[in-house]
Amino acid sequence: MSTVILLALTGLGLAALYFLVASGLSLVFGLADVLNFAHGLFLGVGAYATWWASGNLPGAGPDGFGFVLAVAFGVAAGVLVAVLVELVLIRPLYSRTIEQVLVTVGLSLAGVALLQATWGADARPFPRPGWTRQVTGILGANVPNAGLLLIVAAAVVLGALLAFLRWTRYGLVIRAGVENREMVTALGIDVRRAFTLVFAIGGAAAALAGALGGVYFGTVSPGQGGSLLIFAFIVVVIGGMGSVVGSAYAAVAVGLLQQFVNYYGPSGLGDVCVVALLAVVLLLRPQGFAGKVATA
Amino acid sequence: MTGSMVEAPPAHVPDELTPGRSRWPGLRPYLPLVALAVAAIVPYSTVNLPGIFEGPLNSPGTLQLLAVCLVFGGLAAGYDLLFGRTGMLSFGHALYFAAGVYGTDILVTRAGLPLWQAALLTITGGTVLAALLGAVALRTVGIAFAMVTLAFAQVGAILVARDFGGLTGGEEGLPLDVSGLPAALVGVTNTVNLYWLALAYLAVVVFVVHRVSGSPTGRVLAGLRDDERRIGVLGLDPYLFKLLAFTLAGGLAAAAGVVYCLIVGGASPHVTSSELTLSLLVMVVLGGPGTRWGPVLGGILYMYLDHRLTAFGSSETVDALPAVLSRPLSQPLFVLGTVFILAVYFFPGGLAGLRTRLAPLTRTLSRRPDRRS
Repeated sequence: MSTVILLALTGLGLAALYFLVASGLSLVFGLADVLNFAHGLFLGVGAYATWWASGNLPGAGPDGFGFVLAVAFGVAAGVLVAVLVELVLIRPLYSRTIEQVLVTVGLSLAGVALLQATWGADARPFPRPGWTRQVTGILGANVPNAGLLLIVAAAVVLGALLAFLRWTRYGLVIRAGVENREMVTALGIDVRRAFTLVFAIGGAAAALAGALGGVYFGTVSPGQGGSLLIFAFIVVVIGGMGSVVGSAYAAVAVGLLQQFVNYYGPSGLGDVCVVALLAVVLLLRPQGFAGKVATA
Repeated sequence: MTGSMVEAPPAHVPDELTPGRSRWPGLRPYLPLVALAVAAIVPYSTVNLPGIFEGPLNSPGTLQLLAVCLVFGGLAAGYDLLFGRTGMLSFGHALYFAAGVYGTDILVTRAGLPLWQAALLTITGGTVLAALLGAVALRTVGIAFAMVTLAFAQVGAILVARDFGGLTGGEEGLPLDVSGLPAALVGVTNTVNLYWLALAYLAVVVFVVHRVSGSPTGRVLAGLRDDERRIGVLGLDPYLFKLLAFTLAGGLAAAAGVVYCLIVGGASPHVTSSELTLSLLVMVVLGGPGTRWGPVLGGILYMYLDHRLTAFGSSETVDALPAVLSRPLSQPLFVLGTVFILAVYFFPGGLAGLRTRLAPLTRTLSRRPDRRS
């Protein structure tokens, strides 16, 4: 029984990581039709900025409030990069989908190479608070605290995103834009400002995923974003593009499936099962769990 | 969905149909043959090109680099059959290439088959694999199609990396067992034969892609790229034609894998990575999607630069620069990625479109002496 609880909670930790990456991807795709291959770069930027800040930024450090400050710095860096990418690279190619994909592909190649050039290709130990290395006993299972931290962070982000989408004016614009962009434009609302906003939100969530993923894995390396990104894409497609709630459900399904099958079956079979799930969902319900709707 | 949104390159008229303004109009159709002949006799030349290649042209190192470039030229041309000519954005092409590489390697090294049987089985297997996976993936369109192909390719990467059944050698890769191979393909002195093999592969791919795109089927594929719904209205089944293109491209990629496995002498897991597909995309876009020579040139140039920029990055000229510049420049992918982004903005037609883009410039340049005289 304790094994099942442990697997469920670590699976949820993985799901939280996927959700943090996928929610931004999903919103960006739903609203702006940009399949963002550079999202892994935002994650890398967040991880490396946190890592850098905890060593160099005055006041920041690997413990306590210093760690919060370091993560905040990482998230700010992710937002900055995401907004710059949107303004400088994506905006001139507005409504030219393929070119946008190509640019983000080039950016992901060049950006990861730049991270690698600056900090080396090898994984670096990530500064993490002492308590994240310990375990908490829940119903007889010893669950690593880093996983619990991820679950809490993802739940907070999910709640904040839903509240933002439901109760603010910009949330309304984003929801409407996902559903029918032309209509929103016709009503005289500048949707492009909402594009920048969703990129910023996505960048923040991805950077947070990078920072907390660093805590979870204990190391940070340039290629980390890329491998997470593929599963995040799968989560987005299964959940339905543009739906935050769909992404959350899909992330939980994917994380649990992967964790359980990898434990009980041969290692690696879980990853294969996830792809099989994707194929089944696409064949039976091509629009994903929740379709292209960003409401709750 | 994407099919209709693609900013497709304008419907392409084959070069030989446009009245040539070149100096020797009669020679133009034979230029590819001339290029092929020149490429075929390159190994007999001992010309030393310092700065471009490390050794003389006929040294094994140079020939191996050239052979890899040629294979990737062919692979890019095959990928262009999907991306440039049919408008399908597949992110999983690396899978079929990797199937070729690992298929040959495993059949020769683990099963001990003679090379010709292994090659035949591998190419057939790669084609069947492409047909099966394509049949599923093509149920979706546009971005979802890209995602599904990406996910399938990821399964390939996982299978290879996790080394199920101890077949693939996992992270370390699987060196090719050369004892059963024909003697002409083994050893450093025989690199020239591998070079010719790669050249032959490239010629076959260019021929096949050219014939397909010139045939009625090719016109349908171009129609699918430009307006898929209209092809449906005309009573043709888009699904079947797309599956045909996907299968053919997969078979060509598997053949590329066979040749690549022989040139490199083994398989390593990086051929399964999604980065390989992304670099194929870069090659095609840099060269010029939907053109006959663009993807080939793009593939050759990309692999050449990828290899040479590594040497360039560790050279003294770059090391002398301040660290801010020299470190990014030592990463080939940074340079290539940046060039790629710039190309998407400023040269959407790629290398093949350069001539038309530069036409106004050359016209003014050539007109000026006339006015003076």
